[in-house]
Amino acid sequence: MKTYVVRRLLALIPVALVVATVAFVLIHLAPGDPASVIAGPYASAEDVQRLQHQLGLDQPLWIQLARWYGRLLRGDVGDSIFLRKPVLDAIADRVEPTLLLTVFATVVAVLIGVPAGIVSAHRHNTAADQTVMVLALVGISVPNFLLGLLLILFFSVQLGWFPVAGYSPLEYGWAKTLRSLVLPAFALGVVQSGLIARITRSAMLDVLREQFILAGRAKGLGEPALVYKHALKNAMIPTITIIGISFAILIGGAIVVETVFNIPGLGRLIISAVLRRDYPVIQGVVLCIAGVYMLINLAVDLSYPLFDPRVRYQ
Amino acid sequence: MSVIALPREAPAARTTPRWLVLLARRRTTLVGATLMVAVVAIGLGAPLFAGSPTHMDVAARLTPPNRAHWFGTDDVGRDVFSRVIHGARLSVLVGAAVVVFSFVVGVLSGLFAGHYPRLDNPIMRVMDGLMAFPAIVLAIALMASLGPSVVNVIIAIGVVYSPRVARVVRGSVLVIRETAYVEAGRALGASDLTLMGRHILPNCLSPVIVQGSFVFAAAVLTEAALSFLGVGVPPYVPSWGNTLSEGRLYIQQAPWLVLYPGAAIMLTIFALNLFGDGLRDLLDPKIRGLQTERQRAT
Repeated sequence: MKTYVVRRLLALIPVALVVATVAFVLIHLAPGDPASVIAGPYASAEDVQRLQHQLGLDQPLWIQLARWYGRLLRGDVGDSIFLRKPVLDAIADRVEPTLLLTVFATVVAVLIGVPAGIVSAHRHNTAADQTVMVLALVGISVPNFLLGLLLILFFSVQLGWFPVAGYSPLEYGWAKTLRSLVLPAFALGVVQSGLIARITRSAMLDVLREQFILAGRAKGLGEPALVYKHALKNAMIPTITIIGISFAILIGGAIVVETVFNIPGLGRLIISAVLRRDYPVIQGVVLCIAGVYMLINLAVDLSYPLFDPRVRYQ
Repeated sequence: MSVIALPREAPAARTTPRWLVLLARRRTTLVGATLMVAVVAIGLGAPLFAGSPTHMDVAARLTPPNRAHWFGTDDVGRDVFSRVIHGARLSVLVGAAVVVFSFVVGVLSGLFAGHYPRLDNPIMRVMDGLMAFPAIVLAIALMASLGPSVVNVIIAIGVVYSPRVARVVRGSVLVIRETAYVEAGRALGASDLTLMGRHILPNCLSPVIVQGSFVFAAAVLTEAALSFLGVGVPPYVPSWGNTLSEGRLYIQQAPWLVLYPGAAIMLTIFALNLFGDGLRDLLDPKIRGLQTERQRAT
């Protein structure tokens, strides 16, 4: 197990290197050179030149790249051009709503998707199964931002149950925070539950065909024990994988849905940075999200033995 | 000298190809295909079905759906019906172009990575790196650098989805590379290019084609999301995402600004998913086998 963890961590290095390079390339892909972008449209030629030297942009590209890696290793992503503070501070200010929203949405997705998948598999080829599968396909086909708008239209505008938009930070009490996140979390979670339901269903179908289920049924085990205790346990691995992937996908989804509900999270941060061409912030947010994404995938892989003792890593 | 008589080529007995018959047999797939063809036809013939999507009739701004404006008008008096119809055109264009882009890049890199063990690691590590970003996040970041335009949206989404295609292709190539007929081809002295192009590629196409309908759906969705966020196609281009993004501000007074383009997106993605699912059951023998097994089991 230990060697496996080390090997997996080592395998992250080339991927992290590519991720860091992509973030580096972003600023160089942009039309015009970064210094004139940073200096703004009213800067003089000397100002731009000074800035170029200051930022090391007059060095050969490979030296710049090596310096970029060095800075990242020290955890330095630079300062925001527009906000005039370190990018990491800007991210820290905005991470709370995005994180809470992602977790809340994952909970919603799992609570809807997993039971739906189980019922669908258990009642395979019945009306219930077909209904769940059609709903799941509809769920997959609705963009989360659209569902967000529809939820606002129905629950906020028509019924007035929830605020139309906005976010109440944790410091004003968690109940208010939760209330402000209900609609966005459902917008994200319901869409994702479709995928979870489909995967859970096919994993359960595979298990329900196994001999031990037949044996259990033959010895007179009740259906609930059979399905929830014996079958579900064995369908855990694909389900856990898709839940982990869902969490990672939902981080990206949160970034979109934040715009719908005017939630001041990482999504608003990166979108306003794009509109202001604040490249250090874009790079910082992108790196931060990619890092979390990679760690989640690693955690999912490493968690398999917890759910299935037959899985042994060497 | 003896001559082996080769059987003469069988005359084409069936007029409709077998895969079409199989495809038509499943009702859901047929529904998906029909809807998909409808969206493509509407997109291609947009100017025939609707007037100008940019004509502003300021006197009639934010009018609810009526006989003159079937889907109502937006905040500057543009006809929403016409914007939705022309939005289909953009979505079809972006979807198709992204599929072509990601197929060219993905198939080539997957083929080379799978065929040459030496190239496998470098190519696939780059692909892994690109896949370490959530799709929408990478697309946003690329748009930040490339700037807003239709071509750049296609490039950004294409870069995001190429690695996914490459991974599928590589997986199939690794299997097919070991088959007897490839070995036979090599023994006969076929060049690498012949092997890859004539023997390996055609045999790993079915999962790629299935992937195509999903990439198309993802591209339509991502374009709408990017435009909705204001970092996609420029605001004057009629796009479902743009229309939604403008409509969001008037959601209380003019819900039709959200409902109609929203329905268009949903219907298109739903059709592509239905079609893709059917295609997968039909073309991917592995999954098809599993499914028949499943049916037998219950």
